[in-house]
Amino acid sequence: MTDEPQARPILVFAYGNPSRGDDALGPAMYELIEAQQQKAGLLNNVSLLTDFQLQIEHATDLQHRQRVIFIDASLTASPPYEFHPVLPEQDLSYTTHAMSPAAVLSVYQQINRQPPPSAYMLSIRGYEFGLGKPLSGRARSHLQAAFEFLMEGHVLNHEWLVEAWPSRS
Amino acid sequence: MTDQLETAQHPERLQRVVIEPLTRVEGHGKVTLLLDDDNHIKQARLHIVEFRGFEKFIQGRPYWELPVLVQRLCGICPVSHHLVAAKATDMLIGATQLTPAAEKIRRLMHFGQTLQSHALHFFHLCSPDLLFGFDDAVRHRNIVGVIEDHPEIAKQGVMLRKYGQEVIRVTAGKRVHGTGAIPGGVNKSISTDEREYLRKDIDQVIAWSQAAVELIKRIFSEQFDYHMAFATIDSNMMSMIRADGAFDIYHGGLRAKDPNGQTIFDHVDYNSYEQYLLEGVKSWSYMKFPFIRSLGSENGWYRVGPLARVNNCDFFTTPLAEQARKDFMDVGQDRPVQSTLAYHWARLIELLHCAEAIKDLLFDDDLLSDDLLVKGDMQARGIGVLEAPRGTLFHHYEINEDGLVEKANLIVSTTNNNQAMNESIRQVANHYLDGKQLTEPLLNQVEVAIRAYDPCLSCATHALGKMPLEVNLLNSEGELLDRLQKRADGAVGIPADRENRG
Repeated sequence: MTDEPQARPILVFAYGNPSRGDDALGPAMYELIEAQQQKAGLLNNVSLLTDFQLQIEHATDLQHRQRVIFIDASLTASPPYEFHPVLPEQDLSYTTHAMSPAAVLSVYQQINRQPPPSAYMLSIRGYEFGLGKPLSGRARSHLQAAFEFLMEGHVLNHEWLVEAWPSRS
Repeated sequence: MTDQLETAQHPERLQRVVIEPLTRVEGHGKVTLLLDDDNHIKQARLHIVEFRGFEKFIQGRPYWELPVLVQRLCGICPVSHHLVAAKATDMLIGATQLTPAAEKIRRLMHFGQTLQSHALHFFHLCSPDLLFGFDDAVRHRNIVGVIEDHPEIAKQGVMLRKYGQEVIRVTAGKRVHGTGAIPGGVNKSISTDEREYLRKDIDQVIAWSQAAVELIKRIFSEQFDYHMAFATIDSNMMSMIRADGAFDIYHGGLRAKDPNGQTIFDHVDYNSYEQYLLEGVKSWSYMKFPFIRSLGSENGWYRVGPLARVNNCDFFTTPLAEQARKDFMDVGQDRPVQSTLAYHWARLIELLHCAEAIKDLLFDDDLLSDDLLVKGDMQARGIGVLEAPRGTLFHHYEINEDGLVEKANLIVSTTNNNQAMNESIRQVANHYLDGKQLTEPLLNQVEVAIRAYDPCLSCATHALGKMPLEVNLLNSEGELLDRLQKRADGAVGIPADRENRG
């Protein structure tokens, strides 16, 4: 049901609701990366996933990965974006049905009895989250900056060390 | 009765405690409690603090887009909105009878959605309360605590969720934003490979579901009187029912029973729902308060969802769930089971039924047929109703000559339960909080009552940093005495700003 031994080594999990204003930042980044894959035939080592929000079963999507990058809108990140390593944490992200990336990593660790893949969080600053609203102008600008960071920084292409990527904003 | 707690006399003289947002509840809701100087509860309300504007979101859209579009209303039950919109658009194109393949593929999708939703709710959101107790340390009272102390149960929850999602993926074509159901049928059948893939694990899924039912029975029996009494209210109950009285969450007529199990109405064609139900409005909440027209707003409110469905149906079509239903009904002693916490028990009986029903469908060759679509004469009005995981869900559309939606009315499951949730928190406030110094475990009891309904108060907006829990304590002059904030990462402390959101 879940094993994918041939899974690509890097998983990009960009999440949010496409019809909820700046909550669409995650799905919009998904589309940008997907277009890049199709246009340039690049990023063949990257699997792309999207969903409305993180849930417990997403822990099973982390299996057989070397690296995971979560991408989400954030109301608290310094604009235009923040990029941090994420470690498994038994946090209390039980506010509503949505889990934090750290909690998903923790679930992975608990159910598999092994450490999760190295993981990073790209938080793109958003502002408006109304139903039916488009991306705000500021969020759109931040999206582009974050995309350039992923591409120009070769985050998705090159091997890199955890220590090489301190908190960045 | 607790309805005197809906509106206090002289609220300006009372202390106010706000629980906002509610934890492990989807959306933006808050509870306000007004207390006098001796901590006696004078008013308790569940508020919905966001105007959702579903209808406006839909108006002006072409009808054929609706099954895909409405999934974005809710990140928790997008498949329910997808399917009910498809049912409504079936009517718009005059497709009164789907092909056997189309109906069974939709049913399979719906069983998958309900299975994964119920698994998430019980194993992730509520088992911490039930396994550890409502006053367990807050840092332990979550899914991680369940995993630590009950690793097999937690893993089963994850795998049940995953299986349900796989059923959705196979039937809808994608994990999210699926397009499987379209006006008049579905756009793909199931391949033999897909069927074999789902068959591989279904016996394990049934076994886990059966174990979950046994677990909830054990939890109930260990503190039977408490579980039967906590947040319990006498209410009418409404659900969909098959023509022969069988449990059916995809299609049927509407049945309502009173607190003693006497029929209020039965096998009502849902196209005439407006003749039987009305939606009331209260000045302090954005969410409407539906009630049964013939009984009026004071006595006509009702409950929907697993508790109503299991109480209302005459039987389940699958053997294990039917036996579980009989065990459940025995505790009611010839009355419907009115315990609010029995929602959890009923939910797991439904989980078991979904697992059994999925297996039955996976051995039905109609799933492989390519006869997937029907058409008829266009109609201006289309109504779809089904039983979503949280209860009865209505979509009503009216379109113009260009096929654009001119009118939309949605009654979502949680709206149906609005008055009942308010009644339950008042019962808890009256019995467990009144006259006591409020503490986090006590306030959690209010949330436990709400969580039993598995409410979906809003839709999939979840951005990081957006969901703290705040508790404000004001004196009788309305001055802020104390304030605590719990951030999304679980850290508890005094908030940096002193903005009063109460």
